[in-house]
Amino acid sequence: MGEKEKGFGGKREGGGGNTGEDDVAFKVLFCGICHSDLHSIKNEWGMSRYPMVPGHEIVGIVTEVGNKVTKFKVGDKVGVGCLVGACHSCDNCNKSLENYCPKMIFTYGGKYYDGTMTYGGYSDSMVANEHYVVRIPDNLPLDASAPLLCAGITVYSPLKYYGLSEPGMHVGVVGLGGLGHVAVKFAKAFGAKVTVISTSPAKKKEATEHLGADSFLVSRDQEQMQAFMGTMDGIIDTVSAQHSLLPLIGLLKSHGKIIMVGAPDKPLELPVFPLLMGRKLIAGSCIGGMKETQEMIDFAGKHNIRADVEVIPMGYVNTAMERLAKADVRYRFVIDVENTLKKE
Amino acid sequence: MSKSPEQEHPVKAFGWAAKDNSGVLSPSISLEGLNTSFSLVVCLENGEEDVTIKILFCGICHSDLHTIKNEWGNAQYPIVPGHEIAGTVTSVGNGVTKFKVGDNVGVGVQVSSCRNCDNCKQDEESYCPKMILTYNSTYYDGTRTYGGYSDSVVVDQNYVLRFPDNLPLDAGAPLLCAGITVYSPMKYYGMTEPGKVLGVVGLGGLGHVAVKLGKAFGLKVVVISTSPKKEKEAIERLGADAFLVSRDPEQMKAAIGSMNYIIDTVSAVHPLAPLLSLLKTNGKLASVGLPEKPLQLPMFALTMGRKLVGGSNFGGIKETQEMLDFCAKHSITADIELIKFDYLNTAIERLSKADVHYRFVIDVANSLGTATKL
Repeated sequence: MGEKEKGFGGKREGGGGNTGEDDVAFKVLFCGICHSDLHSIKNEWGMSRYPMVPGHEIVGIVTEVGNKVTKFKVGDKVGVGCLVGACHSCDNCNKSLENYCPKMIFTYGGKYYDGTMTYGGYSDSMVANEHYVVRIPDNLPLDASAPLLCAGITVYSPLKYYGLSEPGMHVGVVGLGGLGHVAVKFAKAFGAKVTVISTSPAKKKEATEHLGADSFLVSRDQEQMQAFMGTMDGIIDTVSAQHSLLPLIGLLKSHGKIIMVGAPDKPLELPVFPLLMGRKLIAGSCIGGMKETQEMIDFAGKHNIRADVEVIPMGYVNTAMERLAKADVRYRFVIDVENTLKKE
Repeated sequence: MSKSPEQEHPVKAFGWAAKDNSGVLSPSISLEGLNTSFSLVVCLENGEEDVTIKILFCGICHSDLHTIKNEWGNAQYPIVPGHEIAGTVTSVGNGVTKFKVGDNVGVGVQVSSCRNCDNCKQDEESYCPKMILTYNSTYYDGTRTYGGYSDSVVVDQNYVLRFPDNLPLDAGAPLLCAGITVYSPMKYYGMTEPGKVLGVVGLGGLGHVAVKLGKAFGLKVVVISTSPKKEKEAIERLGADAFLVSRDPEQMKAAIGSMNYIIDTVSAVHPLAPLLSLLKTNGKLASVGLPEKPLQLPMFALTMGRKLVGGSNFGGIKETQEMLDFCAKHSITADIELIKFDYLNTAIERLSKADVHYRFVIDVANSLGTATKL
């Protein structure tokens, strides 16, 4: 298990005082726990380096700005998501797609331009280049907006890019966790009819009554699934475990799209025949660029979209990770860093 | 209670049929005493909107082979395959406005659809859930459809294509399936921006037409194939810019992230991961081959580069006409090997071993033998 170092902040040791001219330093108030944090600390993707300070759903208040910073000032409510750097010269960077830059730098576990390791938000402070800082709209509470910085953009970006944000579309959301519950909220705000597809019948009430989904399908129930065959314009699949694509492809109308944002570590089976016969497509998406992340947070502010969170003290984090591994959370843990992360 | 073929269709045609899944076809001859399962084949009564066509040429599509061997589990024998049909109009129904006697025409993969659903209304008849295929299908009146390995066919005018003047019928026939099958996804998935790089996987009937179309769209075209022997032809004859041997790990590694688009025409089960790695960010792979089993799809390969894998079947009638006109304008035809009917079973065997450059076309008019006059 990765160590969480208390008080170890920012991309340089100690945070603050070393703020570069383009950098924004802020006091971390809250940090969401993303499932990627769990994958990373357990080295499930095979790239982890320790000690690791995870956390890429970070919100706080600006404490210092470098002298070339123009977008932020001390006291602003800001956030940092999954990225803190990129090359800024490739085609992707030029199109505000830093998240597809081959040299992108992750908020934690990455190597910064100066060769130092990056450390994330389970920490009292952060320093980041202003390009990678977003402003949090005033009307959004900080704790419930933190998860938008990863979960939010991860579902917002493909809904827009793949044309699934037109009013009146029928969008399916597979998996009702951190990503899934935010996908339901965004899709409803876009004017879609939303159907949640889940293995757990227990989630139905919440999905329809609390999150606003129009319908709920238990994926193991063949009859329910059959009734919805060929009805959806698009599906956002947030599930990271192995699962069958065939029934999901069947739910799509012709010319429908299934977008994968979960990260199963082994390949899934792709039945080609139904893709051809209905001109359907399967595609992927990975977080979003900085411009779009700001756009997403502003959209959330406008439509009052926030994550459903369980706020926990820092000391609870290991228990939270265990519960997260069993998907026992509605729907994101958020660490109350300001009040519970104490220097020893 | 099904009628005999003779009772079903009073307008008589004559062709070669598969009677079982052995992959062998034989002539259906109306002479008594000969070893036949049935006498004559197909054709609807020449209705108001019907066009009667004397078939001059018919391409042999790999789907014909899959169907007659019942590899897709939907064969209903006897089957007269053939959906790359080129011929001339010999008579038209009273309501026909689009064609007249003597016109050079073609018939492709479908002969009807419901005309009411969203897909039909948007000229996407090939995605109509009730579409009728040119052969091995059941028409709305309960009768079976039979295809182009035959001297004639009768088709509703709305599903007949016009052959542009300068497009030869023999080398143009394969465009009616192979052509539209690659043209449609190239347009739908936006694989037409001049200067971009297109990979074509598999150099057969579909692949070789995709190379020609790619060049006509102004793309740089790279052929990806398991056979190094095909390189010379790919570059010198078909005009491809480069050739990648997919089994050569060094060549594949050097080409990582180099392509904007890939058309995958391969019908065997094959790995997708190496193909996806060839794509740049936002790259697209269009799958038009029909492997019997599912393929393995690694998710990171899709998510990390926002890549997509999309399917496409053939294409609607409007788009098929557009494709034929485009090919005529750019002098694009298939590379064919013209055969007579008596060579048909040998051709089918050679096709199953991919031994053809790149489409067999049956010279129907000159080789059918005794045929009932129309």
